[in-house]
Amino acid sequence: MTSRITKWPGVELGRKEIETGKVTSVRYRPDAKFAWSAGEAMSRFLAELQEGRMIARTCNGCERVLFPPRMFCEECFRPTDAWVYVRDTGTIETYSISYLDTDARRITEPILVGVVSVDGASPKMGVMHYFGEMTKDEVRIGMRVKAKWKPREERVGSVLDIEYFRPLREGEG
Amino acid sequence: MRKVAVVGAGMTLFRRRLQETGKELSFEAARMALDQAGIEINEVDAVIHGTAPDAFDGVHMKGEYLADGSGGARKRYMRVFTGGGTGVFSAIAGWWHVASGLADVALVVNEEKMSSCQPHPQSVFAYIWDPILDRPLKPNLVWIFAMEMNRYMTVHKIPYEDIARVAVKNKRNAVGHPCAQLADANITLDDVVNSEMMAWPVRRLDISPPSDGAAAVVLASEDVVRKRKMKEHAAWIKGVGWCIDSTMWTDRDLYFPEYVARAANMAYRQAKIDDPRKQIDFAEPYDPFDYKELHHLEGLGLADKGKAGLMTREGVTERDGDFPVCPSGGLMGVGNPIAATLGIKIGELYWQLTGQSGKRQIPNEVRTGVCQAWGDLMQFGSVMVMGT
Repeated sequence: MTSRITKWPGVELGRKEIETGKVTSVRYRPDAKFAWSAGEAMSRFLAELQEGRMIARTCNGCERVLFPPRMFCEECFRPTDAWVYVRDTGTIETYSISYLDTDARRITEPILVGVVSVDGASPKMGVMHYFGEMTKDEVRIGMRVKAKWKPREERVGSVLDIEYFRPLREGEG
Repeated sequence: MRKVAVVGAGMTLFRRRLQETGKELSFEAARMALDQAGIEINEVDAVIHGTAPDAFDGVHMKGEYLADGSGGARKRYMRVFTGGGTGVFSAIAGWWHVASGLADVALVVNEEKMSSCQPHPQSVFAYIWDPILDRPLKPNLVWIFAMEMNRYMTVHKIPYEDIARVAVKNKRNAVGHPCAQLADANITLDDVVNSEMMAWPVRRLDISPPSDGAAAVVLASEDVVRKRKMKEHAAWIKGVGWCIDSTMWTDRDLYFPEYVARAANMAYRQAKIDDPRKQIDFAEPYDPFDYKELHHLEGLGLADKGKAGLMTREGVTERDGDFPVCPSGGLMGVGNPIAATLGIKIGELYWQLTGQSGKRQIPNEVRTGVCQAWGDLMQFGSVMVMGT
C-alpha cells in the first residue's frame, strides 16, 4: 500500500478558505417542514402525558409491559393486548453531564440527561429525559427519581409535559 | 456459495474538509482500488456504493448522485446504508453479489463528505432521532455515546484511564497511515484525560473527528483470482455477519452490544471459528469513540465482558502486542468519514493480510483478522472475517 502509492488523492481545505470565498462553493439553505401524525400508540401516550400519567401496552406473548407503548410487540411480532398505566417514578439507568447543546455549541451550565427505567414497566424499559433538582455531583446510576410535571394548563401532549425527573423523596412512590 | 477475495483497495486522504466533491473522491478511491487489483472498469459486473445520511450532502438519493463517481454507470448498481455500519456492510453486500454467482467482480465504493453541512454536521444528526419521543429534548449525538459509555463503565467499574488509553494507542498507530487526519506520535494519557469535557464522561480526545474521504475495494471470485493470477495480492472473505437491534434504545441495557455479538456469531460460524481469541490474529473494531473499541471487542467475543480495557492497559492490543487492535490507527486516529471508514476496516485487513501495510505492518505474521462496524441508533453491527 504505502510503497506502491506515493501520492494520496485529496486537497485539504481550511475553514477560512470556504468562508472567505477563496474556494469556489455553492450555497443552499433547505426549507423542509414536517407534521408527523403521532400514530395509534403515541397519540394515546401523549394524551395521557397531558393528564399527568404515563401509559404502557402489555404483550400476552412475552408477558412484558412495553414502555414506551407500541401497538405491536417487536419480539413476538404480534399485536399488543391492553393499555396499562405505569408509575411516574423510576430508576436512572445511565446519564450524561453535557457541556454541549443540540448544535454542539459549548455551554457552561451543563444539561443533566439520561435514561429512566419506569416503575411498573418491564425491567430496563424507559425513556430519555432531563434531570433536575440535583447537581452534577449528586446524579448517579441507580438513583430513584420521580417526574416533575408541568402545571396542567401548560401541558400540551408532549414528552416535555414532564419538565425533568427529580430525586424521589422519602415516603414517595 | 463461491469463495470471494479482496484483490485491491484504495482510499483518499481523510480530512475535515476536502476540496473534491463526493463524486470526485469516489472516483479517486475506486480508480486506485482498480489499479491496485489490475482490473478495468469493463470487467466489473456490479458496483455497490455505501454512504451515510443524505443530509450531510444535502442531496437526497445520494446513491444515484454518486453512481458515476463510483463506476456504476450502466452497471448493476445499488447503494447500501446502515449508518456507521455501512463501513463494513457495503463490503458484505459486495460479497453476496460475488458469492452468489451473480457477479464475478464487484467494486465496493464508500464515500462521505461531512464538511458540506454548515457549520457542523452535528446539526443534521438531530434528524436521526425519533420525532415524538426523543427530538423534543433536543438531543446532541454525543449524549447517546456518553450515556452508553457511562453505563458500560459503571456496570463493570472500569476506570476512565483504561478507556482513554485506546485514544492514545490509536492516534499513535495512525502515525504510520498516509491518509491520517489526527495522527499524533507524542500524545499522552494526560492529554486525553485533561482534554475538554464535552458530555461527561466523554472528553474531546475520546471522540473521532468528522471527516471527508472515500475508500474502495475490489472483490473477485475464486475463478477470477486463479485465471488472473491474483493469489499474491488476494485476501479471502471467510465469514460475514450482521444484525440490527430494536430502535427502542431506551428499552435496552446499553452496557453490552448484543447485536454485535449476534453478527459476530454469524460470521464466525461461516468462517468455522469456534474460539475467536485463538483463531483470530488481529482486529479492526469500530472505534468512533475510544470506549467503543473496548465495547466492540467484548461484543466480538475477543475479550470477556468488562475486561477489554485490561488488554489495552497491559499492551496486548498494541501493534506489536499479542493481539493487535486497530493497527490502522482506527477512526480515532485516521478519521471518521462515516461510510468511508471502509478503508480502515476492510482496507486495513486486506493490506495487513497481504503484507502491504508498510510502516503499519503488524510485526507478527497474521493469517486471520476480523473487522466490524457499528451504526444506526446504537443498534446495528456488521462483521467480516478475512484470512490468507
